Amino acid sequence: MAKITFITTDDENITLEADSGSVMALAVENGVQGIDGDCGGVCSCATCHVHVKPEHMSKTGDASEIEQDMLELDDNVNEFSRLCCQIEITEDLDGLELTVAG
Amino acid sequence: MANNQQNCIVIGASHAGVNLAFALRKEGWEGAITLFDTDPTLPYHRPPLSKAYLTSDDRIEKNLLKSADSYQKQDIDLNLGVSVSTISSTDNTITTSDGNTHHYTKLVIATGARPFIPPIPGLKTATNLYPLRTAADVTNIKTALHASDTKRVVIIGGGYIGLETAASMKKLGATVTVLEREERILARVTAPVMSEFFQKLHAENGVEVLTQKDVSNITSDGAQNIVHCADGSQYPADVIVVGVGIRVNTELADAAGIKLENGIPVDEAARTSDKDIYAIGDCSFHFNPHYGRNIRLESVQNAVDQAKIAAASICEKDVSYDTLPWFWSDQYDVKLQMVGLSQGYNKILVRQEPDEGHKFSVWYFKDNTLLAVDAVNNAKAYVVGTKFIKGGDPIDQTKLVDPNVEFKPANLII
Ligand SMILES: Cc1cc2nc3c(=O)[nH]c(=O)nc-3n(C[C@H](O)[C@H](O)[C@H](O)COP(=O)(O)OP(=O)(O)OC[C@H]3O[C@@H](n4cnc5c(N)ncnc54)[C@H](O)[C@@H]3O)c2cc1C
Ligand code: FES
Repeated sequence: MAKITFITTDDENITLEADSGSVMALAVENGVQGIDGDCGGVCSCATCHVHVKPEHMSKTGDASEIEQDMLELDDNVNEFSRLCCQIEITEDLDGLELTVAG
Repeated sequence: MANNQQNCIVIGASHAGVNLAFALRKEGWEGAITLFDTDPTLPYHRPPLSKAYLTSDDRIEKNLLKSADSYQKQDIDLNLGVSVSTISSTDNTITTSDGNTHHYTKLVIATGARPFIPPIPGLKTATNLYPLRTAADVTNIKTALHASDTKRVVIIGGGYIGLETAASMKKLGATVTVLEREERILARVTAPVMSEFFQKLHAENGVEVLTQKDVSNITSDGAQNIVHCADGSQYPADVIVVGVGIRVNTELADAAGIKLENGIPVDEAARTSDKDIYAIGDCSFHFNPHYGRNIRLESVQNAVDQAKIAAASICEKDVSYDTLPWFWSDQYDVKLQMVGLSQGYNKILVRQEPDEGHKFSVWYFKDNTLLAVDAVNNAKAYVVGTKFIKGGDPIDQTKLVDPNVEFKPANLII
């Protein structure tokens, strides 16, 4: 089990638990505001953009090339940006904190 | 404004209808929201049906637009397996297949489209012949494929759905033949270079894609079919998938007296000619300000974005639909991302990235105006293209096709 906390653009803190699937799917399933997942998780829509808490980047790893490319011209992009449909849930993610980029 | 007496009824609970319902709550709608859909399955993503969902063993629950709980939490009344039979715009009511009548304050038609089944002799009596639009279609196709020893699949129609289905069925171990009537696949939607690319891609992956194949009839002995083409060629098939386009579900709107064109015409806020009735998604015929013409789109982007506009308008906000269309397709290891509308182009530039086989982009221009970009395994081209189409800055075409010039907007502005 991994506990993952989402901080929404309205500053709401939502902590959810899961042991598999993508972080996007977990957020959508629980109605986390700002994570829409319109393309169903295939890196085509960029509606699952989060900022990983800087000290948690080692848990998630860096954004892949396609994520970086999709976000390159996004106003909210920074070095901690990920498209969370590309983050698979494992136990290693336990304690992860993500801010919804909106 | 809204109160508990008000009811927004939505016909069709798929990408457009479901997103509308949730967007309405977000906009502050306090009245009831009642969704109806003929499909008994919890609303799901359609694009994966021909892609990852077809090849995986996932259940549809992995593929839902929203969880079952979310509807309850947002107080959205979801009625599945119930069809809307009639609309009466004179007294603001609808009737449903379960015999009930419901009153609406606002009505949203999000009925989308259904597969077009061509009038080919023998098609109705063919064995294991299916369209691909619903989760149930996928179950039927998979079941038929598993039950077959020879796994010979014929796909009628070389559009995106046909080609994606071909790639997925190949992955499932089938022997796949695609029959396309036109001279090239994807003829309606892309330039010849893209058609050639996909034709080759399928050949490399062992899928036979044949063009100028006009299916004339299908014969069946109850277990296997023979697909006959006008040129006399024949293709045996254990499973046939029909992907030759769609018909828009406009019958309800028509019967309600709403005037129709290529779909249901709506204004910039997705309103039909009746002030209490909206139409969104695949069934709507709307004006695109960027291209200055009326269009009907079949895409998730359009369904979602138009849903948000309609929701805001129902909540009496002054909104206007103005987005750039985008779309994607996944086949084998190729991800195609498209932005804009290429129709009307008179010039094409291709940028091939160095040393990478399947990584390039096709840029469609009308004179010097960039209309659209098709990006193959190249998200950068897709986002840079989006920026240029939106901004309208002139693009340095020599630099654009020079793969040594780094792909950054600043490098490409004249
Ligand atoms: C196999 C496949 C792959 C696709 N791939 C992509 C892709 O990669 N990218 C992309 O952007 N788009 C893709 N699309 C297109 C995309 O799925 C559609 O544009 C989108 O589903 C449109 O949503 P909609 O809600 O407008 O209509 P639909 O999804 O067609 O939904 C309409 C709903 O209305 C219901 N309905 C109709 N009439 C009634 C009635 N009288 N009473 C009750 N319910 C009714 C239907 O049951 C249906 O569920 C794909 C489509 C298919 C089929
Ligand atoms: S869900 Fe579309 S990019 Fe992540």
